Amino acid sequence: MNKASENSIEKHDSEKNTLPITIESRNKLSYRGAFNLMVKRDLTIALRHKDDILNPLLFFIIVVTLFPLGIGPEASTLSRIAPGIIWVAALLSTLLSLDRLFKADHGDGSLEQMLLSPHPVFILVLAKIVAHWLITGLPLIIVAPLLAVLLHLNEQSYGALMLTLLLGTPVLSLLGAIGVALTVGIKKGGVLLSLLVLPLYIPVLIFATSAIDTAALGLPYGGQLAIIAALFFGSLTLAPFAVGAALKVSTN
Amino acid sequence: MFKWLHPYANPEVSYNFCGKLQPWLFRLSALFLTIGLVWALLYAPADYQQGDSFRIFYIHVPAAILAMGIYFAMAIAALSSLVWQLKLADASAAAMAPIGAVFTAIALITGAAWGKPMWGTWWIWDARLTSELILLFLYLGVIALHNAFEDKNLAGKAAGILSLVGVINLPIIHYSVEWWNTLHQGATVSKLGAPSMSAVMYWPFLMCLLGFSFLIAALVCLRFRTEVLARNSMRPWVRTLAANALELEQPMSCNSHGKHSQNQGAK
Amino acid sequence: MQFNSFAEFLNMGGYAFYVWLSYGVSAALIVYLLFASVRRNKTVLEQIAIRQKREQRLRQAAELNMQEQGINEPQINDEMIEAAVKQSTQISK
Repeated sequence: MNKASENSIEKHDSEKNTLPITIESRNKLSYRGAFNLMVKRDLTIALRHKDDILNPLLFFIIVVTLFPLGIGPEASTLSRIAPGIIWVAALLSTLLSLDRLFKADHGDGSLEQMLLSPHPVFILVLAKIVAHWLITGLPLIIVAPLLAVLLHLNEQSYGALMLTLLLGTPVLSLLGAIGVALTVGIKKGGVLLSLLVLPLYIPVLIFATSAIDTAALGLPYGGQLAIIAALFFGSLTLAPFAVGAALKVSTN
Repeated sequence: MFKWLHPYANPEVSYNFCGKLQPWLFRLSALFLTIGLVWALLYAPADYQQGDSFRIFYIHVPAAILAMGIYFAMAIAALSSLVWQLKLADASAAAMAPIGAVFTAIALITGAAWGKPMWGTWWIWDARLTSELILLFLYLGVIALHNAFEDKNLAGKAAGILSLVGVINLPIIHYSVEWWNTLHQGATVSKLGAPSMSAVMYWPFLMCLLGFSFLIAALVCLRFRTEVLARNSMRPWVRTLAANALELEQPMSCNSHGKHSQNQGAK
Repeated sequence: MQFNSFAEFLNMGGYAFYVWLSYGVSAALIVYLLFASVRRNKTVLEQIAIRQKREQRLRQAAELNMQEQGINEPQINDEMIEAAVKQSTQISK
């Protein structure tokens, strides 16, 4: 009796924020449909908690403004280190926002439902990562030129900055998702997450800042962009598998 | 074809096998390290440019090579544990992580100590040193993940996924750092590490490399056995083993122990 | 032999500090790793043995308890003891 009532409560609870994949729609739903529904769901949830979008963005802006205060206002110095500052701040704010990728879903059990659903985990995980990038990566790219102005970034570098951020921030979301998936079941996962994820971000940081520096000299930076694109496609194809495996371990 | 391998999937068999292997590995490593280090310190000629500071080379380079090697071995173990669900592969990966971290630290510290007289500074953002530093971070991540889980089997799986991700990233990180380094400063520095070696320097180096390899193998055996014990603590063979070990340490408690083994026999 | 005297050997052609620092640190780290590995092996074995002893004590206590309550010997089966042991170890955790 007691068990039955518990079950019904659980059911009731999960119905509130369950995946839009019900048994009736299982046969109809294509991979694309599942993907779109997942993205839509995550975006809706994020739009209800606007703090989650705004706080990492504010963090990004504040970190960038701290550097001129710490280093000094000389335009030449600032423009020299601007690419590095913007990119490091982008890494850190992505890291800050990663936590919410799976945490709430793990808390209310919808993550387990997702893993049990008939759709491939790859698709659903990818959808979640895409949604995460739309929520955190895209605002970062929009704000970045503004901060570049504050840091006196070389005028020739703006294109490179935007392009590297456009190609690079998805890589950050994809690689970060692996770290989050591994630590989602751990109580004090936050610090551990940075230890796991930051070393993996190093290639993106190196090539992105180098592309921006090269652009400042007026040289072609297609090579660096190509490598970032390669990193992007590599992680796009491989990371969701790793995330799926890690989620299975974490939810056990 | 691999049927001879099957018995070693049994924890007890591989525990005993490693137990037999371990003393021989320690002996071999002692032998080779003695030969290698005495040769390196006393008989190998000083480098014509670097003088006697070149003797650091005989531990720095083997440590650096083996630190990378252990990471790859760990990733292979992790892969076989994920693909074939081998729990023992998990245990061996868990055994390797701290050893790899220590050897990476040795490579870094000796590299710094070699860099001070040669480059005039303790640390230089040389490509090799930088990727070695990142390797240390990767190791620490794996170890931290191992410690974060209560359940050792889960910890092994999670750390396995991380080490696989790391092993894919390792070459990318290495080449990106190398590329970054050549872009930002002349590549002359990193060439210092690999002069074409003459035989009088090559042989002691090889001896040291072999000695360190055997030492690592022995340490892996030792730690692997501990991991196997910790993961199979409820098995009868581990229990009798533990009881015997305790009995050896405290001969006074023989009596109560005798009772216990009777109990077990009855069960 | 590259060195003429022991003092010369210790001096390492002027690089004594760096050479002996790196050899010393390496030796210390390896010895520490060896020591820690051996110690961990011992503590794991000890923990298993201690746990076993506790289980044995609990088993005896359970048997005694059942005898006092007048339950006949054959009714005590392994499963009951196992359950009691499990319960008590859970509590003691």
